[in-house]
Amino acid sequence: MARGSGWLKRAVTGACVALLVVILGGCSFFGGGPQSVNHPAGSNMQTIWNLFVPIFWMSVVVFAIVQGVLLYSVIKFRRKPGSPEPYPTHGNTKLEITWTIIPALVLAVITVPTIATVTDFAKKPDTGITVQVVGHQWWWEFDYPGEQVVDADEMHVPIGVPVYVELRSDDVIHSFWIPKLAGKQDVVPNQHNHLWFTANELGTFRGQCAEFCGEQHANMAFTVVVQSQADYDAWLAHNKAPAVAIPSSNDLAMKGQQVFFTAGCVGCHTISGMEVNGVKALGDVGPNLTHVGSRTAIAGEVLPLTQENLAKWVHNPQAVKPGTLMPNLGLTQEQANQVAAFLESLK
Amino acid sequence: MAQVTTTQQGAQYRRSIIWEWITTVDHKKIGILYLFTSLFFFLIGGILAMMIRTQLIVPDNTFLGPATYNEVFTMHGTIMIFLAVMPLNAAFFNFLIPLQIGARDVAFPRLNAFSYWAFLFGGLLILSSFLFGAAPNAGWFGYANLTTLTYSPGINVDFWIFGLQILGIASVASALNFFVTIINMRAPGMRMMRMPVFTWMSLVTAVLLMLAIPSLTIGLVELTFDRYFGTLFFEPNAGASVVLWQHLFWIFGHPEVYIMVLPPFGMISEILPTFSRKPLFGYPFVVYSGIAIGFLSFGVWAHHMFAVGLGPVANSVFATTTMLIAIPTGVKIFNWLGTLWGGSIVIKTPLLFAAGFVGMFTIGGISGVMHASVPVDYWQTDSYFVVAHFHYVLFGGSLMAILGGIYYWYPKMFGRMMNDKLGKIHFWTVLIAFNMTFFPMHFLGIDGMPRRIYTYPDGMGWNFWNMEESIGAYFLGLSMLLFAYNFIHSLRSGEIAPADPWDGRTLEWSIPSPPPAYNFAVVPTVTSRDEFWEMKYGSNEQTADQKTNLNPTVEDERHIHLPPPSYFPLIAAGGLLGMGAGMVMHGDGMAVSWYIFGAGILVLAFGLFGWSFEPNH
Repeated sequence: MARGSGWLKRAVTGACVALLVVILGGCSFFGGGPQSVNHPAGSNMQTIWNLFVPIFWMSVVVFAIVQGVLLYSVIKFRRKPGSPEPYPTHGNTKLEITWTIIPALVLAVITVPTIATVTDFAKKPDTGITVQVVGHQWWWEFDYPGEQVVDADEMHVPIGVPVYVELRSDDVIHSFWIPKLAGKQDVVPNQHNHLWFTANELGTFRGQCAEFCGEQHANMAFTVVVQSQADYDAWLAHNKAPAVAIPSSNDLAMKGQQVFFTAGCVGCHTISGMEVNGVKALGDVGPNLTHVGSRTAIAGEVLPLTQENLAKWVHNPQAVKPGTLMPNLGLTQEQANQVAAFLESLK
Repeated sequence: MAQVTTTQQGAQYRRSIIWEWITTVDHKKIGILYLFTSLFFFLIGGILAMMIRTQLIVPDNTFLGPATYNEVFTMHGTIMIFLAVMPLNAAFFNFLIPLQIGARDVAFPRLNAFSYWAFLFGGLLILSSFLFGAAPNAGWFGYANLTTLTYSPGINVDFWIFGLQILGIASVASALNFFVTIINMRAPGMRMMRMPVFTWMSLVTAVLLMLAIPSLTIGLVELTFDRYFGTLFFEPNAGASVVLWQHLFWIFGHPEVYIMVLPPFGMISEILPTFSRKPLFGYPFVVYSGIAIGFLSFGVWAHHMFAVGLGPVANSVFATTTMLIAIPTGVKIFNWLGTLWGGSIVIKTPLLFAAGFVGMFTIGGISGVMHASVPVDYWQTDSYFVVAHFHYVLFGGSLMAILGGIYYWYPKMFGRMMNDKLGKIHFWTVLIAFNMTFFPMHFLGIDGMPRRIYTYPDGMGWNFWNMEESIGAYFLGLSMLLFAYNFIHSLRSGEIAPADPWDGRTLEWSIPSPPPAYNFAVVPTVTSRDEFWEMKYGSNEQTADQKTNLNPTVEDERHIHLPPPSYFPLIAAGGLLGMGAGMVMHGDGMAVSWYIFGAGILVLAFGLFGWSFEPNH
């Protein structure tokens, strides 16, 4: 018997060590990515993480008890030659009541902060800025009400200021998610959803659509740029201004401008303050391109914004992002290069 | 078996084997048909899973394009839920419930056959979409308004709608049948609180099916009208709230989770006592917690919708009810541990799977409590954390138990044993490969990887675990091939099974393996829970001969009334298939579609008419 229990002790110790290795191994293998939530950079996600950590440790305790009892029973009570028949216990009411009440108490402990946090998240902050987010198949539009700034796939916010996000959808259901800053909120057509967060770290943070929204759901990402108040104000001022004039020295861009205003691009895109031969670009189906050259990525973050990538994109959108709603306008490679140079110059 | 069918009901000619299976109304044969069909569908669902993991094995992979990937993950979910786990449970309902309650068949044997054929045809209708290159692609949950004609113009969604409608009819008919069977067909003395727990959990499941499926049906009817007749149920521009679909879907969809997991709870509650050689610990608590889960399962649906924007009050209420449902689930887990504790545990394959179920399902239950906390769910929902969670519930839970159930009842079904050594290798490889595949999905959830994306860029920190998970998935696939080999090989070459190979406790072990067509030569009179165990080891006075020959076969079976075979259920189900196919064709604009639909109605009417006027003795 003594020998048996020594073996058992070793087995249990071994299992515990293995478990610890797995948990620690896991820890070193996650947490470093641009969308990892365990080092939040925004108030909303920080609150969630602070709520999750105690729930996680309670879970570890429950996990250890159940798996421990399970392994112990299966090893300890396994049938050996000459084992006596077990006593046919039918149950124990006191035990039943105990293991009903204890989990109920644990769950009650989780429920209280849960409800408090839900209520807090639903409030509108008294100060801060408001950003209107519109989900489109498959890109994001960011409107700054009162500022006449409309941006795509790139959201700028000042640090330390509550950001109240109003969510609208232009087509199907999407879900707005910036993992490091805030939890998700669905973007539902015909419904006014919102969330708020305060960014407390400078830098760029990747966000992504989290509700399946059709063929290119995977490529509906965006970047949140958290800036100092001064940088943010400068960005706003720059983007409020109409499009910059194309320097006539940039021959390629000048040609691209002509192509852009004649090939049909203006049916879907806006470039404010620009007019070519009486044609204005006022389309509101696709992203606003007034300052597209100052962004970092195109097509829902499929490609980094470079002149070469822009050419690839306008030449054959389907090859870059199969299923995209941007039509192939049949531009020649030369025309595509010209349009790319034009767009790239719209800083 | 052969002489049974030839003499059955005085039929004087010998039918071919195929005709015998096509016209059978024997619950055991229908159970076996369900088993083979759903294992075939499970294989297809598994192949789709391998395709998903292959696409995600490296960043920016081009193995499947976005359109194909969306079809593959939609079909993987749809098949695994509607065509694998649910009908695998139905296989056990069919085979076991009459045997466990001491009945000779189900209440409505021909309706039972109809359920099977409707299930088969509904499944084939959905699967046939692959042949037309138009597999459903809007997710198994099919959120409106992505499914409306504007955003899903092809017939992909139409296959999904009409396949599911036919499957829904099959499920409700089957649930009604088992509900009536369990209430009305119990052997004398088989009081409710003496019923085996598998039968109890099946009863709760039957109620859930009857109440939950209609909600899905309504949603699908509305979607059909939107797509075919221009109604505006899910058209936001006309003022519709697309969230209506989500309510209808999840009022079905959450009970559905328990529809998939309660019968496995029942299987575990049979396997653990048998191999611990001890009664189930806390039988009434296990039964009542099952009933409590059944009730509560209708009050938690909006926890699938925390991020939809229902408001803080609704979210708080549904968080609380979700916390509540964890309590009876926990009670069950503790009672299973109590059953093992102090037992004399025989380590055989079914016991390993049952113990594996307890361990793995607990992990899924714990992560479920995490999502119940609404703010935590704002992070975890629609991320890989949730993918990990429900695979622990449905694979680590349901399927582990079902595999254990197959090893356990296989000898009763086929009269042969599966190889225990191969079974144990299967168990350990499944356990390791399953955890390799799904545990790291928790890590990916922490790393912010969303669900249902066909690709991901490099540099997200997701490469390592995706690669590791895919390797785990291939390993899991290989392990299931071992199971397939064991299953098929044992049909012909397994050791001959005795009537009672595991020293069982319930009535199905008191009759020969496989059971005769009439099940019980003498309908037993039940005096206690674990009736068969009491017969064998109980205090009631019996001679040694009685104890070893508890339910002898009868010499002349013709005196036992059994329902005659019938092909009308097959015809009626075929009519449903015609109607479904006609509707899908109409979605494709084919002129002939209404004729096919009409022909389907006529065939259905003919089947039901023949069925109604068929002499049944």
